[in-house]
Amino acid sequence: MKEIKIKTRDLTLYYGPKMALNSISIEIPEKEVTAFIGPSGCGKSTFLRTLNRMNDLIPNVRITGEVLVDSLNIYDKQIDVVNLRKKVGMVFQKSNPFAKSIFENVAYGPRINGINNKTKLEEIVETSLKKAFIWEEVKDRLNDSAMALSGGQQQRMCIARTLAVEPEIILMDEPASALDPISTAKIEELIFELKKNYTIVIVTHNMQQAARVSDLTAFFYLGELIEFGKTKKIFTTPDKKHTEEYITGRFG
Amino acid sequence: MDKPVEKGKFVFTRESLKKKFRWSEFLSEKIITGVAFLSITIIVLIFVFVFKEALPIFNYKKKEAVKVEQVQKQEQYGGEADQGQTNSSGQEQYGVTTNDTMMIENQARAEDTIVHGSEQATFKSLAGKKWLPVSDNPRYGLVPLFVGTLKITLIAMLFAAPIAILAALFSASFAPYWMREIIKPAIELLAGFPSVVIGFFALMVMASFFQNIFGYDGRLNAFVGGVAMALAAIPIIFTITEDALTAVPRTYTEASLALGATRWQTALFVTLPAATPGIFAAILLGIGRVFGETMIALMATGNAALISVNPFESVRTLAATIGAEMAEVVFGDTHYNVLFLIGSLLFVFNFSLNALAEFYVKGKLVKRFQGKQS
Repeated sequence: MKEIKIKTRDLTLYYGPKMALNSISIEIPEKEVTAFIGPSGCGKSTFLRTLNRMNDLIPNVRITGEVLVDSLNIYDKQIDVVNLRKKVGMVFQKSNPFAKSIFENVAYGPRINGINNKTKLEEIVETSLKKAFIWEEVKDRLNDSAMALSGGQQQRMCIARTLAVEPEIILMDEPASALDPISTAKIEELIFELKKNYTIVIVTHNMQQAARVSDLTAFFYLGELIEFGKTKKIFTTPDKKHTEEYITGRFG
Repeated sequence: MDKPVEKGKFVFTRESLKKKFRWSEFLSEKIITGVAFLSITIIVLIFVFVFKEALPIFNYKKKEAVKVEQVQKQEQYGGEADQGQTNSSGQEQYGVTTNDTMMIENQARAEDTIVHGSEQATFKSLAGKKWLPVSDNPRYGLVPLFVGTLKITLIAMLFAAPIAILAALFSASFAPYWMREIIKPAIELLAGFPSVVIGFFALMVMASFFQNIFGYDGRLNAFVGGVAMALAAIPIIFTITEDALTAVPRTYTEASLALGATRWQTALFVTLPAATPGIFAAILLGIGRVFGETMIALMATGNAALISVNPFESVRTLAATIGAEMAEVVFGDTHYNVLFLIGSLLFVFNFSLNALAEFYVKGKLVKRFQGKQS
């Protein structure tokens, strides 16, 4: 087993009076792909968003328990959320490029971190786009609006944008759910490539996708972590009956 | 129809499927349509009236021809000092004329009442630098009025735009939820603040206050008026800017924050640029408000038609000119026509501003958020 990158201990989250996550404890290893599966509304996206504190933006959220990233509790008062998010990047369900050029989109992260040198920025943009397998498609039109890209290209550009900040962990919230099969395949290939250098946590509705890309799978149901283990094991011989029923499609 | 059907029960027969004429439905639809068209018609008619009243100024050429024959008569009129009475009797005649004949009569009477110089001279003096409509040799130079209006608009926007936009940015991006719920309606309520109250406040309080600070001579001037107008424009700019900022998709903000941007960086580099078209529209509408504002201008600007760049000198705005002079003008006089011309100009200007705001913003926003080239 590789080193543990993210660890949660009794993580409980309330939206107002409603409990959305119930005492989740999980250990996510470094440089592997961990998939969260489960029916809609089971808390997997919410849980993903606690890992880089995106839930801070939502009013009336209350969190107890601990989330440790590299053994540091990220809900500690001393933690700087801004720097945390540089370390724990996020790719969203709906591709969300800024209404700027492709170059400016990818350069946005480095720029706000104070890099203004043009050559340096160009270098970062190029490597990031290459890492996201989209360089060849856009290298001749970096100054075009990112909005003009196709959905799949936009999503890969968003991944490039995330990579440009050099995170260690990438959280992906259903990154391919709005894409066609070909674009989805490209994203999956990309995830496979990225896990050499990054710890990836992916939420997906698509169980085949989880089976294809992930090393570990966690099954969530009604705000609880039902089962967590090697993907192969979860998909072939799960311990819990619930998991089996979901994976075989008997409910959910 | 003939077969009694149990109440509330729909029997599916050939008879029940037959097209029925529903009186209540028909009437309510027609009434609503009628009311809608009535309101539009009324507005259009107002514009038509205003434009029509301004028209005689442009008709000088036609009148020149007629006038040659009437020169004698005109000169006689010119000799008469009591011009007002002549006209007021004309005015009474007007009261009974119908709309249709008004135009013709108006022209005819305008020819009668030319007192000072030719109509052409009037037309030329529109571009002049003197606004002296009631002197013995009246000059209707609109330049000082334009300068005054633009000056006051500029001053007002210099104050209103930054304050309103920053306030909107605070409300949209930084204020906690509960505070936003208070700030937004509170400022929106200010939009309904009677401008006469703002004018009064400017006249009594602000004028003295600024005089103590800057030590200028004239208590009422463009600066005081501009700041007072800014008070009237801020709620408008704030509201529209705030709406534009909150309309920026949340995914934008999230994307930026997830990249490790601070809230300030996100607001400045993502939210604000994405909302530019809306902010642009807000400023345009703010300008429109200031441009057409009458009461504050009347009360706080001093109303002297001067041409100068000094913000501490009195100005007279287009709207205030109408407000101040329309009540005393001779009905159908050149002066009267010129005031209507000013009204038309104000309308055209505000109309263009609103149209620009509307179309530019719609086009831009659609492009921005729906993936077309921006």
